[in-house]
Amino acid sequence: MSEFEPVIGVEIHVQLSTNTKMFCGCELSFGDPPNTHTCPVCLAHPGVLPVVNEEAVRRALMIGLALGCEIAPRSIFHRKNYFYPDLPKAYQVSQFDIPICGRGEFVAIREDGSELRVGITRAHLEEDAAKLTHLGGRRAGAEESVVDFNRGGTPLVEIVTEPDLRSASDAVTFLRQLRQTLLFLGVSDCSMEEGSMRADANVSIRPVGTHEFGTKTELKNMNSFRFLERGMDAEIARQEEILRDGGRVSQETVHYEPETGHITSLRSKEESHDYRYFPEPDLVPVAPDPAWVDQLRDDLPELPLSLRRRMVDDMGLSAEDALVLTESPELVAYFMEAAALADPKACANWIRGELRAQLREAGTEPWESKVTPAHVAALVDLLAIGTVSVPAAKEVLAGMIETGDEPAAVVEAKGLAQMDESDLAGVIAAIVEANPDQAQQLRDGKDKVMGFFVGQAMKQTGGRADPQAVQKLVRELVLGS
Amino acid sequence: MIDENTVRHVARLARLRLEPEEEKVMQEELSGILEHIDAIRSMDLDGVPPTTHVLALENVLRADVPRASLPREEALREADDVVDDSFGVPRMD
Ligand SMILES: [Zn+2]
Repeated sequence: MSEFEPVIGVEIHVQLSTNTKMFCGCELSFGDPPNTHTCPVCLAHPGVLPVVNEEAVRRALMIGLALGCEIAPRSIFHRKNYFYPDLPKAYQVSQFDIPICGRGEFVAIREDGSELRVGITRAHLEEDAAKLTHLGGRRAGAEESVVDFNRGGTPLVEIVTEPDLRSASDAVTFLRQLRQTLLFLGVSDCSMEEGSMRADANVSIRPVGTHEFGTKTELKNMNSFRFLERGMDAEIARQEEILRDGGRVSQETVHYEPETGHITSLRSKEESHDYRYFPEPDLVPVAPDPAWVDQLRDDLPELPLSLRRRMVDDMGLSAEDALVLTESPELVAYFMEAAALADPKACANWIRGELRAQLREAGTEPWESKVTPAHVAALVDLLAIGTVSVPAAKEVLAGMIETGDEPAAVVEAKGLAQMDESDLAGVIAAIVEANPDQAQQLRDGKDKVMGFFVGQAMKQTGGRADPQAVQKLVRELVLGS
Repeated sequence: MIDENTVRHVARLARLRLEPEEEKVMQEELSGILEHIDAIRSMDLDGVPPTTHVLALENVLRADVPRASLPREEALREADDVVDDSFGVPRMD
């Protein structure tokens, strides 16, 4: 029986976080009362004229440049015609054959450090539809749906990839890192839950070793990467089953039910893909000045891929460290500030490990906390020169989170400085004397009992003992070596 | 001459209900338009970019500055049906 290989391409819609809509001056909003941000343009009253938001163009160009896309010297808008109540003009203004950003490539890094290259087909500008709510369940017997036009006309960039992805896990790796890149660009909130980033996946399978594409289905609009990954895996499994049973996959839109794990087919609407695109006569072409494009290219912030490579190649971090630390621009900035002052690897460990773990309980992020990057670096230094032990350092960190004081002050205030060896020797001698049985066990070669002595020493010194020094002293005292 | 099925297809896409005699009229009118395009096609247009816009204008852009939106009552004034401060429409699900 032949093995199958998935072939996946994704389409991502990103709402740009501009001040105003794509073609009118209505303010963007999220969560405001319905229909409080509308005007004759975004309500499609007769005779109105749309005007392109310059900031939306700027952000689309930034996205294209970050994805290595060719920038079209002159692009135009098209009307995509279909009837639905969330689309008051009965067409969506979009781009068709001349998108503002053409071919590009995105490089993601898998957890094992290997590169995942994904071709970008295009990235184009368009407008979002309004929000349609089905009243069905909410009001007994309601046979109506309602439309809130606040969202209608929000600037969107749609990014389309080549069918270059070969697993659901690769697709999600790509999407997560694309999202990070967009966050670094500061062009969108990229919230899957709030719908400011939405991803659809085109999924097909083919026998391994063949090159022809199978029939694809479109997995729609999942609101989390986790569900999207599960949905793609479920769809791949469903298609495999069909093909193994000698059936044929039909081209349709499918939906994944996270609760049941089932794939359901959405009615394939007849003629739904006949959008009768034609050039939008109300909007003149956008021909970005090459000098402007060059300026935008020069002004791009350093992006996660470059940061990750620098962290691994120059700073000695693992691929996984680099992935975690480039999660958000804020976290990168925080880490970089600390890493400039102390050992980067140790800073990475403390920031992504203990600091975030302790802060998670308080529900804050490092850059929102009282702990400055410089203080993290100072703590790393205190550890390096042996002023504090690792367990004590964790306690110092807790104190830093609470007070915002620098670590040396917390060490002082809490008396957490590591004892020097002569003071520690006295403590160890007393412990060995009080526990002759355990001392004998150690002499008998039961090394595990060392943990007991370290624990006792920690307890009696309030964590101020260096575990290594404890072991050394116990060994000297009990074994004479 | 385009056939009747094409006329019906386009009418359906445009949500138009045409009587049989209207279909005939449309068939003739649409065919006339397409013939005109065929006339253009018959010319040697190598190297001539398609004309999508007749105005010699580019980059008409607007600064990203908010302007007042309509008061909600005014926005909803043209609605057939107002439900929950929103435009009520036939059930869609
Ligand atoms: Zn508006």
